[in-house]
Amino acid sequence: MVLGAKVAEDLDQEDDLPTEAMTVNMGPSHPAMHGTVRIVLTLEGETVREADVQVGFLHRCFEKESEHATWTQIFPYTDRLNYVSPMLNNVGYAVAVEKLLGLTDRIPERAQYIRVIVGEISRITDHLTCLGASAMELGAMTPFFWMVKAREWLWELLEEVSGARLTHSYVRIGGVVNDLTPDFAPKLRKILADVRKALKDVDDVLTRNRLFRDRMDGVAQISKEDAISYGWTGPALRSTGVPYDVRKDHPYLVYDRFDFDVPVGSQGDNFDRYAVRCEEMHQSMRILEQALVQIAEVGPGPILVDDPRIVLPPKSSAYNTIEGMINHFKLIVDGIKVPPGEVYSYTEGGNGELGFYIVSDGTGQPFRVRCRPPCFAIVQALPDLIRGGNLADIIPTFGMMNMIGGECDR
Amino acid sequence: MSVQALERLKAQFGDAIRATHAQHGDETAIVDPAQIVEICRFLHDEPGLGFDMLVDVTCVDTLGLDKREQGRFEVVYHLLSTQSGRRLRIKAPIDEGENGENPEIDSVMPIWKGANWFEREAWDMFGVRFRGHPDLRRILLYEEFIGHPLRKDYPKDRRQPLVRRDFS
Repeated sequence: MVLGAKVAEDLDQEDDLPTEAMTVNMGPSHPAMHGTVRIVLTLEGETVREADVQVGFLHRCFEKESEHATWTQIFPYTDRLNYVSPMLNNVGYAVAVEKLLGLTDRIPERAQYIRVIVGEISRITDHLTCLGASAMELGAMTPFFWMVKAREWLWELLEEVSGARLTHSYVRIGGVVNDLTPDFAPKLRKILADVRKALKDVDDVLTRNRLFRDRMDGVAQISKEDAISYGWTGPALRSTGVPYDVRKDHPYLVYDRFDFDVPVGSQGDNFDRYAVRCEEMHQSMRILEQALVQIAEVGPGPILVDDPRIVLPPKSSAYNTIEGMINHFKLIVDGIKVPPGEVYSYTEGGNGELGFYIVSDGTGQPFRVRCRPPCFAIVQALPDLIRGGNLADIIPTFGMMNMIGGECDR
Repeated sequence: MSVQALERLKAQFGDAIRATHAQHGDETAIVDPAQIVEICRFLHDEPGLGFDMLVDVTCVDTLGLDKREQGRFEVVYHLLSTQSGRRLRIKAPIDEGENGENPEIDSVMPIWKGANWFEREAWDMFGVRFRGHPDLRRILLYEEFIGHPLRKDYPKDRRQPLVRRDFS
């Protein structure tokens, strides 16, 4: 008998070897998963048989703390919801409170444009982070650097406007706190040109890359019906072909004045989620360019609503007049008085529909602030998407869901 | 069409729809919690309504709010029809149950898969038990946590014991 023939025979019968399922913890701290999440996996070899996704490691009592803060003090908390697009959370919360105050139509036009501009910049940084990190996790380190560099240019610009690189707290109930810097428009145009170049490079090395496509194409497909039933919104829902975008379907601020497209996918797989996000960045840049032109036409003007019950008096008045000082004191200590009632307000966040359900009892502090985080609904479908697949497919699938711990766990 | 949805709800369910309003443009129906599943199924299945997405499920503890004639907890559902873009809010007031510890309502998971985590969160934060939910565990907090922190009678500064696990 030839040596080795026996081995070959044994290998042929490998299928009959008894195996037993193995339970493996993925996370809560795992180098290839950005976001603190724990997945308890039941594996058979490389195949995922069952998965229990556990979130909550970043829970910071956002809703409870909000019930003990004045309406204005909640802005810094909202920065920390989706911390790669804080401006969008700022705007979402402000829009909600203004709806309850009946202020929506009184926000100065300039402030509305500024909100759109900083919001769309934030949407680009959100997508850059998501795609960059996911590419890195699949082994493509260079595009990650390109995208993070591009993100940094945008964040530096937002830092000039708001004073903070990441936790801007820039939006106020009734408007925004500062006007844009004088050289904002030329700087943004220059940055957008550079971001386009960076995205072109990323597109060149990723979109038609065999290795990348093999990991993304057809992986973690979801049908339209399932995505809707799970409450998916944003790029994840649009990847399945549902063209639902709050900015188009329920325009808020001045979104109805811009010409932009809502990209959709067709397969609902990881690659479609990647492609939709890529195109959305280009659409956001289109919005930004139109907004720069339109805000120049609006010209200089107020950036906060003219109402002393809502907006702090100017410092000169607070320091030099008794009325100004009292007004300032009352707004800081007692907070803005929001009439009793309830409201659900929704905006398009980086991950989808960012909703705020707010109940007021008429005092200076909210009775209840409910944040409806888009990625919470998306991540709950993760077990269904990875079941039956390979262990390694969890990484791109989870990456394309763009779970942001701050938002999911609040 | 949402107003029409409220009208159709009233025609279909009569007294089970206790009140409706459209504060700030948000159409709302306050419903009998015992019929929540039938009502939701009607809203989901009925042609012309088609509320196919459950956007959010949450709860409000109305302790201290001037409307205690109804149950203490309000379970709040936000629905969306992706076809028509219409929205609807359903509120189901429920009692505290015995000892104030056992508010209960039926789960709407058979209708929308997305109810899963949202109902778990409402259980975690408010202690509302969703009957028929297959996996009603805490979601944001840990199993050893005592109480339900978003209830109004849970003090903000209450401390929880450190969790000690025996790995024996």
